[in-house]
Parts: sequence; structure tokens; C-alpha cells
Amino acid sequence: MLEYFNFRVMFEYYPLFLKGFLSTGWISLVSLILSLLVGILACAGRLSKSRLFSTPAAAYIETIRSTPLLAQIYFFYFGLPSLGFRVPELQTGILALTLNSGAYMAEIIRAGMQSVSTGQIEAGTSSGLNYFQRLRFIVLPQAIGVTIPPLLGQAIVLVKDSSLLSLISVMELTRAGQILTNERFMPAEGFFAGAALYLVLYFLLKSLSTWWQKRLIFRQAV
Amino acid sequence: MWGYYTQQIIHSIPFFLKGLWMTIAVSLLSLMGGTVIGFFAGVGRASRRKWLRRLLSVYVDAIRGTPFLVQLFILFFILPEWGIQIEAFPCAVLGLTICSGAYICEIFSSGIEAVPWGQREAAISTGLNGYQQLRFVVLPQAMRSILPPLVGQYVLLIKDSSVVSVIGVLDVTRAGWLTVQRIPEGILVFGLVGILYFIICYPLIHLVNYLEARMTVQKFRL
Repeated sequence: MLEYFNFRVMFEYYPLFLKGFLSTGWISLVSLILSLLVGILACAGRLSKSRLFSTPAAAYIETIRSTPLLAQIYFFYFGLPSLGFRVPELQTGILALTLNSGAYMAEIIRAGMQSVSTGQIEAGTSSGLNYFQRLRFIVLPQAIGVTIPPLLGQAIVLVKDSSLLSLISVMELTRAGQILTNERFMPAEGFFAGAALYLVLYFLLKSLSTWWQKRLIFRQAV
Repeated sequence: MWGYYTQQIIHSIPFFLKGLWMTIAVSLLSLMGGTVIGFFAGVGRASRRKWLRRLLSVYVDAIRGTPFLVQLFILFFILPEWGIQIEAFPCAVLGLTICSGAYICEIFSSGIEAVPWGQREAAISTGLNGYQQLRFVVLPQAMRSILPPLVGQYVLLIKDSSVVSVIGVLDVTRAGWLTVQRIPEGILVFGLVGILYFIICYPLIHLVNYLEARMTVQKFRL
């Protein structure tokens, strides 16, 4: 099989793949940061005692979690123009990715916050700390450590999910493979090269996560 | 105009239901296949044979590190190049099976590894053979930590099945994509698609929450 594998074409097309690789990384990074913000807001809404905030936040999270990302992307891609908004594909895609991953972020952050035992918060209250001090000095320092690994896991999911943007013709890694398939009819070269580059990002994030978890265990042991 | 389009969409509901049936068929078949593959791979991954663990971790990493869309394209475009003709439907089922198998393998192997080794030793010293150890000692205890994420994985599988619409399988997403060409109301059409997925996934997500609450070991209270 390898004798049919044309490495020359891959070298010829490497600027395309480099562009796709960079834009996949860039799209994922932007959506990661934005979805972190959305997630913090949604999580705050969900944990709030007022129903005015908690009901919409819960509805948002449940809706996103029980519909597929592709349907959400198409919803915005076909839906925004019919409402009269002309948004370029890239921005539509980032919007869909952000809203999708924001719901999962909210759940991750909530799990992290709730991993801090109530006894600690009670201790904080009894030593006279107010809400923000409890959040700043007791909950967050402990919650952030355990939140980082699932957060990196979500980053991996985001990198992979960004491949769906190729279906609304955003230029990224999978799109580069599609272009190679269309221009030269070489799907093997195109998609295997794409897959290899996705694996690079995957192992990068995975080893970061492993490193952090080791550090976490070490810190707890000390 | 909205009234007209709404009427058109109501007329095309049977088409969507056909798509829903296809989504259920694809998901159900690959769910069964994925569970079987994931079970055996998971048992292998939790075993003490080093070469087997290495081999299976290559499989798991390769699948988890690349987007499902790319895996599907590789199957759909490259198998014919190597002389294996495959229709869209079996290709979709095959792709989803291989993909979900890797995730389910992780669930099974971590569930099995969560059972303390002492249990295994006790089983060995009672004279149970390998199959009996697994069947009567390890799995019944592992099921507690396996079942909730397994059902969660089924939800992800159903959502991932929307991606197979791009290779021409007529599922709900494909039905929406075809309808939106005729009725340019993205919000309505993909809202309907979202509702159909929601009907399937939302009860399952609640089942996961219920199982999680049910299966966590109750702390011993005095």
C-alpha cells in the first residue's frame, strides 16, 4: 500500500497543510478562551440561587448537551442569514464551537467547584470570610487544580470538533485534506496527513494533561 | 412567508421521521458493535500482557486523537482505492463502531482497573480460572463505575452519528440539510432537527445522572 502513497504531493501541498494546521490551532484556541468565559457565566448562572438566572443557564446547558454539534453549526450557518445577519463562515463556526463547548465547560467548572468539600466553605464562613473571599481564597485555589485536566480534555475535544467547520467551508486541516482530494484525487495522502497533524496536537495536549496530573498528585503528597 | 414555510416544514415531517429512523438504526447497530469491541479491548487493556496493552493503546490513541470526520473520510474514500467497495450505510456503521469502540475500551479498562487487585488475588486463591475471575468477581464490581459513563458514551455516539450525514447517509441531519435547500429557513429546519435529537438524547442524559447517583458507593455512616 505504501508504494501508492505519494509523499511528493504531500511536500508539494505542505503550505496548504501548514495553513490548515495553524488555523485549526488558532480556531481552537479562540473558541477555548471564549468558551471558558461562556462556561464561567453559565456555571455562575446555574449555581445561583435566583431562578431568573439558573433556569436559562440550565436550559442552555441541557439543550446544547443533547443536540449534536453538526446540527448546531448548520443551525447558525443556515439560521443567521434567514434572520438577516450576514456573518462570514469563520465567525459562524467559532460562534457555534464556543456555544457548544461553553456548555461542557460550565459542567466541568461546576464539578471542580463542587469537589471542594462543604466543610472547608463552612470553616471559611465561620472564620468571617465573605462570599468573594471564600471564593478567592478557599474554593478557587483548590478547584483550579482539579479543573485543569478535564479542561485540557475539553481542549482536545475542541480541536477535533473544529474539523466539522470544514463542512461549512472554513479553511482548516480537514478542509486541506478535502482540497487535496478534490484537486488531485488523493484522499489517502490528504486525510492521513491531516490525521497525523491532529495527532500532533492531541499528544501535545495529552502530555500537558499528564504532566499536570503528576504535579497535582505530587503536590498533594507533599 | 413564515406561515407558508411552517406549513412546508409540517409537510416534510414524515421525511424527518424517516431520517430519525435512520439515525436510530445507525446508532443502535454501532452501539452494539462498539460495546462488543470496547468490552474485549477493555479487558485486554486491563490485562497484564504488555504487548497487548501497547497494541490497544495505539488503537485508542489513534482514534481519540483524530476527529471522527477524518476517520470517516479515510474509511469512505480510501477503502475503495484499496479495492474494497463499501456503501455509505455499512461504512457509517463501521466507522462509528471503530470510533466508539476505542472510547468504550477506555471506560471498561478503567472500570476494571478500579477494582482492587486483592479481589483478583482472592479469586485466584479460591481456584477460579481467568474467565470465572472476570465473570463472577471483577465485572460485577466494575459495572458500578462502568455503567454511567457507558450510557454517557451512547449519548455521544448518537450525537456523533450526525456526522455520517456528510457521506450521504439519510439521517436526521441530512434530512435537515436537504430540506434547508428547499425551504430557506435555517432556524425552523434545524430547530426541528435539534428537537428530534433532543427527544432521544435528553432522557438518556437523565438516565446517566440517575445511574451516577445510584451507582456511587454510599459512604458508610454510623
